[in-house]
Amino acid sequence: MDHETLGYETLGECLAQQGISRRAFLKFCTAMATLMALPPGSAAAIAEALIKAKRPSVIWLSFQECTGCTESLTRSHTPTLESLIFDMISLDYHHTLQAASGYGAEKSREDAMQKFFGKYLLVVDGSVPVKDGGIYSTIAGRTNLDLLQEAAKGAAAIIAVGSCASFGGIPNAKPNPTGAVPVSELIKDKPIINISGCPPIPAVIAGVLAHYLTFGELPELDDLGRPKSFYGETIHDRCYRRPFYDQGKFAKSFDDEGARNGWCLFELGCKGPTTHNACATTKWNGGTSFPIESGHGCLGCSEPLFWDAGSFYTPLSAPTANIESIAAGSAVVGAGIAVALSVADRAKKRRAQQAHEKLTVKEL
Amino acid sequence: MNQQELLDFVRGPGLQIAAAVFVLGMIYRMLHLILLGRKKNLAAPRGSEWGPGLRTMWHRSLLSVGLTPRGYFILIAGYVFHLGFLITLLFLGQHIDLLRSALGLGWPALPPGLITITAILTIAAMIALLVHRFTDPVKRLISDYQDYLAWALTILPLLSGIMLKQGIALDYQQMLIVHIVTVELLLIAIPYTKLVHIFTTFSARWYNGAISGYKGVEV
Repeated sequence: MDHETLGYETLGECLAQQGISRRAFLKFCTAMATLMALPPGSAAAIAEALIKAKRPSVIWLSFQECTGCTESLTRSHTPTLESLIFDMISLDYHHTLQAASGYGAEKSREDAMQKFFGKYLLVVDGSVPVKDGGIYSTIAGRTNLDLLQEAAKGAAAIIAVGSCASFGGIPNAKPNPTGAVPVSELIKDKPIINISGCPPIPAVIAGVLAHYLTFGELPELDDLGRPKSFYGETIHDRCYRRPFYDQGKFAKSFDDEGARNGWCLFELGCKGPTTHNACATTKWNGGTSFPIESGHGCLGCSEPLFWDAGSFYTPLSAPTANIESIAAGSAVVGAGIAVALSVADRAKKRRAQQAHEKLTVKEL
Repeated sequence: MNQQELLDFVRGPGLQIAAAVFVLGMIYRMLHLILLGRKKNLAAPRGSEWGPGLRTMWHRSLLSVGLTPRGYFILIAGYVFHLGFLITLLFLGQHIDLLRSALGLGWPALPPGLITITAILTIAAMIALLVHRFTDPVKRLISDYQDYLAWALTILPLLSGIMLKQGIALDYQQMLIVHIVTVELLLIAIPYTKLVHIFTTFSARWYNGAISGYKGVEV
């Protein structure tokens, strides 16, 4: 895809208008190159490509969600970096952020869809309810399902932001009363990239957009449609507490000596070993920390069905279902079978005894 | 079904199924065996059953003296693998988490490095015993598919466990799924194969000693 035909003005022009220095921009490009695991020299190439890139039109649809994904992006503590995302794109529709409302807001979405048909990027946060015709979440009187299907038709690619859009997330948790599904379950004919997390790391959203603008295509994805450069390793692989795991030093409660010494949180339910995300390296709040660094185990929020994967405080090695009652029930059934077989055995023995004929002297 | 769903299944309903099959099988087989009873011995007893029975349980658990080198090899390798398996099962922190969660019982764990060495020795002993089973003509003749099945079902959790712990092959989630599945297969197989000996060994030893005791044979 030719990325230079995606939108209107170039990113360079836009940055110049806003007075963003070349130094700040190069810093951003270097950060993006590092995050995407590209060679160090590629930062200059990214800068060159981005400066010339036309800003793509982006339509952002928010469905069954909590606005945490938008909050994550907009309240980033490193505004000179992640906020550049809003300079890289032309955000033509985002009902939380835009000033327009009602008819005017919907008109801007329709205009952008018409003007940039086949070229715009569609960003979705939130899952889509499909039960009962999708009536459980509507915008301007139209269901999320309807809006998604319409907007997907003209999209160059779809970016599913957050675990709800990527995997169904919390609305999809049992018993899933609204029949919530992820975007990938409804749209099959467009490239979809999942940026999972509850919320996702803002730099990951920026990184994916930078990659798209630089190379004109989506980055390499894992089997769950997530960019490998950010989701290729587990939290456990990169966790600074990993040496304690290897030494068998575990905190047993959130306020014991182990916890104060910063030991591994595995026994307190940390899902780091099975969670693929960049939290341990990219961190949050401007590189301040990530949940484990703050003393709480990873919840596994960037993995599918994390809400239904047992308690957040159950160790990964422990069962997520009740074993005792099943075992007790099985013991009763087992005992019943044994008694029944024993009764049958005794009856057989009795029959054999009754059928036994004693040898008489006469017979001898 | 994606990996996460598979992990949720093996940690939840999969483990429930395995536990149900295991408990049902063990209770039914053990209780059936007890209820089967013993035929009344009409001969007058020449001694007690309990003393010789208990002594036999103890004697046959000790390292015997006066064996051939091959006998010692089998004995020591057998001890290493049985004790190693038990230590690995009962003293790894993650296993204690599981037992605490399922049974409400817990105890201090051994250092993971020590468990790793124990597991490696256990695996080595099991491989040596398999080689012996293949190469010894008598052993090979008296071995049937169940012996090989029991060996495979026992070594798989050890192998997958050590690979999970050391991060060898696959990622943590995939290897955790493989490890839990191998344990569940072992649980399901125990009551219905020769592996049932984990519950019958000592009662069988007692019975052997008790027969001798009843006949007045000193054990």
